[in-house]
Amino acid sequence: MKLQSPVNAPAKPNDYTAYPDAAGRFGDFGGRYVPETLMPLVHDLDAAYSAAKADPAFQAELSSFLTHYVGRPSPLYYAERLTEHFGGAKIYLKREELNHTGSHKINNCMGQILLARRMGKTRIIAETGAGQHGVATATVCARFGLPCVVYMGAVDVERQKPNVFRMNLLGAQVEPVTSGSATLKDAMNEALRDWVTNVHDTYYLIGTAAGMHPYPEMVRDFQSVIGQETRRQVMEMEGRLPDAVVACVGGGSNAIGLFHPFLNDEGVQLFGVEAAGEGMETGKHAAAINGGRPGVLHGNMTYLLQDDEGQITEAHSISAGLDYPGIGPEHSWLHDVGRATYLTATDTESLDAFKLCAELEGILPAIESAHALARLPDVAKQVGKGGIVVLNLSGRGDKDVATVAAHLGRTI
Amino acid sequence: MTKARIDARFAALKAEGRAAFVTYIMAGDPDYATGLEILKGLPAAGADVIEVGFPFSDPMAEGPPIQRAALRALDNGMTLSKTLAMIAEFRQGDQTTPIILMGYANPLINRGFETFARDAGQAGVDGLIVVDIPPEEADPLADALDAEQLSLLLLSTPTSDDARLKVILRRTSGFAYYVSVAGVTGVKEADADVVAPHVERVRAASGLPVAVGFGIKTPERAAAIARVADGVVVGSALVEEIATGLAMNEPVTDRVLSKVESLAKAVRSARVESLSV
Repeated sequence: MKLQSPVNAPAKPNDYTAYPDAAGRFGDFGGRYVPETLMPLVHDLDAAYSAAKADPAFQAELSSFLTHYVGRPSPLYYAERLTEHFGGAKIYLKREELNHTGSHKINNCMGQILLARRMGKTRIIAETGAGQHGVATATVCARFGLPCVVYMGAVDVERQKPNVFRMNLLGAQVEPVTSGSATLKDAMNEALRDWVTNVHDTYYLIGTAAGMHPYPEMVRDFQSVIGQETRRQVMEMEGRLPDAVVACVGGGSNAIGLFHPFLNDEGVQLFGVEAAGEGMETGKHAAAINGGRPGVLHGNMTYLLQDDEGQITEAHSISAGLDYPGIGPEHSWLHDVGRATYLTATDTESLDAFKLCAELEGILPAIESAHALARLPDVAKQVGKGGIVVLNLSGRGDKDVATVAAHLGRTI
Repeated sequence: MTKARIDARFAALKAEGRAAFVTYIMAGDPDYATGLEILKGLPAAGADVIEVGFPFSDPMAEGPPIQRAALRALDNGMTLSKTLAMIAEFRQGDQTTPIILMGYANPLINRGFETFARDAGQAGVDGLIVVDIPPEEADPLADALDAEQLSLLLLSTPTSDDARLKVILRRTSGFAYYVSVAGVTGVKEADADVVAPHVERVRAASGLPVAVGFGIKTPERAAAIARVADGVVVGSALVEEIATGLAMNEPVTDRVLSKVESLAKAVRSARVESLSV
C-alpha cells in the first residue's frame, strides 16, 4: 500500500488550475503529437472550444441540457453502512451512476456534441472501451440527429455485448477493431485513422481527458461539474470541505472532473486508483503511473505502459473501461508535483468491493468504480473518524453482471 | 541543416532530368536477415532514396499493409537498435544512397533524441520522418538532429494551407515530402492532376525538391506523379509483396525487388515518354 507522495517531485505551482499552458502542457506532459494532416483540425478545435468556453450562450445551453436531459445535479449520498463497515471517516458517494446512460461519460459527450454542432460538423466518431462512452456518444448523436461511428476493440465487443446492442438501438454503427490487442488503445488508433481520412466533416468525440490538446483540458472542463457540485453539496451537508476525494483512473476523466475544483484546496487529499489487474508484480495490469514511464501515445506525453524499446505494452484489467496503457496528462503532472496520489486495486479486490457495495448500500457499481471502492477502507482509515471522504461512483454496474458472474463461477 | 548525401542525390537526378524513386520498407520485415537482403538489393533494383520504417506497436497513421508489416517485424524481435545496425551493415556496401528513417515518436523519446541522433548519424542515416511529431513539438528533435547534420523532414498534407506550410517548412531540410491524400498509408489513391498544384506550392515555399507519397501503388500512377513531382514514394505496395510472398511461400526478396524494378522503370521513363508524346 502506497499512500505517500513521491520524494523528488518538481516544484509546486502557485495555482494548480492555471494549466495547461498555450501549448497544451501540464509541466512536461500533454502536447499535440499528431500527424500533420490533423494539426489544422486540432488548431480549429482549440479555437472553437476557447470561444465556446467564454460564450455565456454556450454555457447556458449546456447547463440546460445537463439539468433536463442528463438529470444533474447528481446526488451526494452519505453511505452510512459503508462508513460503519470501515469504521473510519464518513463516506459520501457522488452518484454519477444515476446520470442518464448510467455514468459520468454523458457530461463530456453533451459538452462536445454542442461544440461539434457549433462547428458545423456533420459526422461523429468515438472510441470506447467498456462501452459507456460509446453509449453516451450514441445517445447524444441520436438526440441531435447526427450519424455516429463507434470504434470498439473486438475483445471489448465480446465482453460488453449489452452495451454494443444499446449503441445499435441508439442508431450508432459499432466497428469492431481487430488490430493490436483489440482493446481500447487499438480502438483509439482506428478512430484517429478515421479522422485523418475524413477531415472535412468529422468530429472526433474523445471520451477521456487524454489525447492531444485541447482534449485533456476540454474533457476535464466538461467533467468538472462533478467536483463543482460535490464542493457545493458537501458544504451544504457538512459545512466544510472533505478531507479526501477518491476516484478510479483509466484515462482519468471522472477523477480529474472530481479533483479539479479542489486542486488549490491543499487540505483536500486527492486519490486516484489505477487498475492493478492480476497484481502489479505479475506485470498484467493497467496502472500507467504505478507501472509505467513517460512517453508519447495518442497525441500526448504522459505515463505509459511500455517495454525497454518504447513499444506500448498491453494493459490488463477485468474492467474494460480501465484497460488502457496510458493516463491523462494532467494526472501524470499531478503525480509528479505530488498533488495527487495514485493507488492501485487488483481485479479480485475490485470484485470484492463490487459485492460489498451491492450488499451494504444496495448499489451495483461499475467494475471501474469498484476499483476506487476497493481502496476506500485504506483512505477512510487514514483520514480517520471525524473526517470526510467523497468517492466518485462514476458508473453503474448493470453492464458488468455477466463479467462478475463469470468470475464468481456462476452462469446467468 | 542538410545532409550532403540527400542534396547530392537530388542534384544528380535533376541533372538527369528525372524524378527520384523513393522506396519504403519496414526494417526487419519479415525478419532481420531478409530485411537486410531486400535493403541491399534496392539501389540496384532502381531505388534512388530509401525510407526505412522502424516498427511501432501503435502506428496510427498507417493503413493495414504497413500495420501488418510492423507487427511482422516486432514479432521477429525488431527494435530501433537493430534497425540502426541494419543500416550500418547496408552502408558498408553503399555510401551514396540516402537513407531516411520513418516512424513514430515513442521509440525515439525512449532512447533520448541526442543519443538517437548520434547513433543514427554513425549508422549512416541521412534524415528522419516522425509521423506524430508536428512542427509544434519538433524543436527538441530538430535541434538534436541539427547537431549531427541529419535532416528532419516534416510532412506537408492536403490540409496544409500557405500559412501552415511556412510553419512546416521552417525546420524541414533535405527534401519536402507532400502527403498526397488525407488518410492513412496505402488506402486512397493519389491523383496526379490534384497533386500537381500542391507540389508547385510546396516547391515555391520550400525551395526544396518535393517528393510525393501515400497512395501510389502502380507503375502508371508512379509515372504520372513523376511527371509533376521531384520524387515518388512507394511503400504499402512493396510491403504487400512481402505479405503475398509469405502467404504463397515464395522468396519475398525477389518479389519485392522485381516490383521495385517495374516501378523504377516507370519513374525513370515518365518524363521521356511524356516529351515524346
